[in-house]
Amino acid sequence: MTAAFDILANASLWEAVLRIATPLIFGVLGALVCERAGVLNLGIEGIMTLGAMVGWLSVYWGADLWTGLAIAVLAGMMMGWLHAMLTVPLGLSQHVSGLGITLFASALAYYLYRLWVQVGDLPPTIEPFRPWPIPVLSGIPFIGQVLFTQMPPTYLAILAVLLVAYILNRTPAGLALRMTGENPHAVEAQGLNPVRIRIWAVMAGSGLMALGGAFLTTATFNSFFPTMVQGRGWICIALVVFASWRPGKALAGALLFAFFDAYQLRLQTMVQGVPYQLFLMAPYVLSIVALILVARRARVPEALMQPYRRGER
Amino acid sequence: MRFERREDVSVTALLVAPFAAVLVALVLCAGLIAMAGVSPLTAYAGMLKGAFGSRLAVTETLTRASPLILTGLAAAVAFRARLWNIGGEGQFYLGALTATALGHATVTALPVPLAWATLALAGMAAGALLLLIPALLRLKFGVDEVVTTLLLNFITLLFVGLMVETVLKDPMAFGWPQSVPVAAGLRLPDLVPRSRLHIGLILAVVVVLIVWLVQSRTVFGAETRAAGLNPRAAAFAGVPITATLVKVAILSGALAGLAGVIEVLGPVGYVTTTMSPGFGYAGIVVAMLAALHPLGVVAASVFVATIFVGADAMSRATGVPSFIADVIMAVALLAMLVALLFTTYRVRR
Repeated sequence: MTAAFDILANASLWEAVLRIATPLIFGVLGALVCERAGVLNLGIEGIMTLGAMVGWLSVYWGADLWTGLAIAVLAGMMMGWLHAMLTVPLGLSQHVSGLGITLFASALAYYLYRLWVQVGDLPPTIEPFRPWPIPVLSGIPFIGQVLFTQMPPTYLAILAVLLVAYILNRTPAGLALRMTGENPHAVEAQGLNPVRIRIWAVMAGSGLMALGGAFLTTATFNSFFPTMVQGRGWICIALVVFASWRPGKALAGALLFAFFDAYQLRLQTMVQGVPYQLFLMAPYVLSIVALILVARRARVPEALMQPYRRGER
Repeated sequence: MRFERREDVSVTALLVAPFAAVLVALVLCAGLIAMAGVSPLTAYAGMLKGAFGSRLAVTETLTRASPLILTGLAAAVAFRARLWNIGGEGQFYLGALTATALGHATVTALPVPLAWATLALAGMAAGALLLLIPALLRLKFGVDEVVTTLLLNFITLLFVGLMVETVLKDPMAFGWPQSVPVAAGLRLPDLVPRSRLHIGLILAVVVVLIVWLVQSRTVFGAETRAAGLNPRAAAFAGVPITATLVKVAILSGALAGLAGVIEVLGPVGYVTTTMSPGFGYAGIVVAMLAALHPLGVVAASVFVATIFVGADAMSRATGVPSFIADVIMAVALLAMLVALLFTTYRVRR
């Protein structure tokens, strides 16, 4: 029992929490941006898979890591554009379109990977991101290792939370986006175009999702393999609800989630006799529990999943 | 450009829609095939030959279609009531696991037809229970069932993995993680000798006919449609929405569970964690291509099975990655969504 507590005092656990949280932070932010504008994006699982593949492949073909991430973002935005076209101007079912995007983006990722990459016994690898200790701050005992000896995209994820929160809550563009998710007719009355706002929001959100996927292949691991996203996208969709559509709470949710994941990984190696599958189930069970806990209190954007057609109520 | 709702949807338009969608998908995917240095026409001809070119090929395609009919029907009945059951994959596995657990020894004392009925009912109950969880969470707490059914797929697959590595582990499988086999006497008889095609196909088609009759001829069928079209208006007209959705969940989960049962008793004989090539997810595509109509599900299942079996054969012959099948399916789904829009709306400039 004390050993289970000893894990908590170990800085490597908390360091892992931030690392495991990074793809979730990007994913949950991306889903949040789409949903605050009124569009549910169930393409997330596929967009993360495509981002993971494209980011990895760019680096494998000679791009540097940051260029790889940028190309992944572009690929994600293209998928976002497709989802936006189907659900915003055409007003198709966001559920079915999103699932279609997930099937399409992941199938495309697997197809192109098989087409362009020779896979032997082991998948080929790239040189991934290395931890990037921040001068001086990383020297602080414990906290330095946990917070300031992370890989560069992890710092970027934290910055992204601040940036998204700032844009949403403090800028005219953010106000317009939130209003589009609450009452697109009012946006129209203000002389703005809710259709265009939704399309841009879904593209931006999808770019963030792809970045989360690319982190998996350029930082967490150094290769791409099918099914590697493992439902992280769906977990992000649950986390947005858990976070009541707020960026700050989304960060907290992703960290809490990553904490349980990091903790169960360490517990798994310590506790004998408990099947490993039970530990692996934990994140999914936890997501469902989180949804139940907040479902009653959640304040959903009013116009979420309501297609906007001019002059039609 | 704006959309205007058509007064009535023509049956012709609904019949043409899936063919248009499939054509669009094949044209768009031709580019991807050309990237592999293979002529798309050669590839598509190879797929047709792979799926229908020989007696064996035809039986393989129909074998693949059999569980797809049931998972497709499961999605179709749920979507019709706007119950987004994306958990067909999990329900399939739980049905398969239940049939294997009981079919290995427990029911072997019974006469074969009775044993089959027991296994089918048990597998259907397992699938139904698995969908009742998210359905009740939606009705009681307002939790979106898309996310919960998706998450339950992962949980169920891990549970199946746990079972085939522990209590149901086959000690004769040389360390492969696979379950004990179903008793040999309980395997479904072949429909065509020396093939994997079994009477599960007939069963699936009979189930389709029953569901079609129920949907078009009973009060429950009318209530399902009403609940899906406009739940508030339906409730106002006296349709018991909650009870209807619970019944739909039981039916949908049971159908997907039954798909798992016939796959285990038919071609496979035991459970592994890789026994389904995405039957649950492909069922969603089947349901949409069928425009949620039970009879359309049969045709759409054969089409999707053709693409998969054909792509495998074509891939071996030409080197085009077999994942092209998944891409074609996904594009066909998206194109079908657009095609369905044009059956209900017309464009005005």
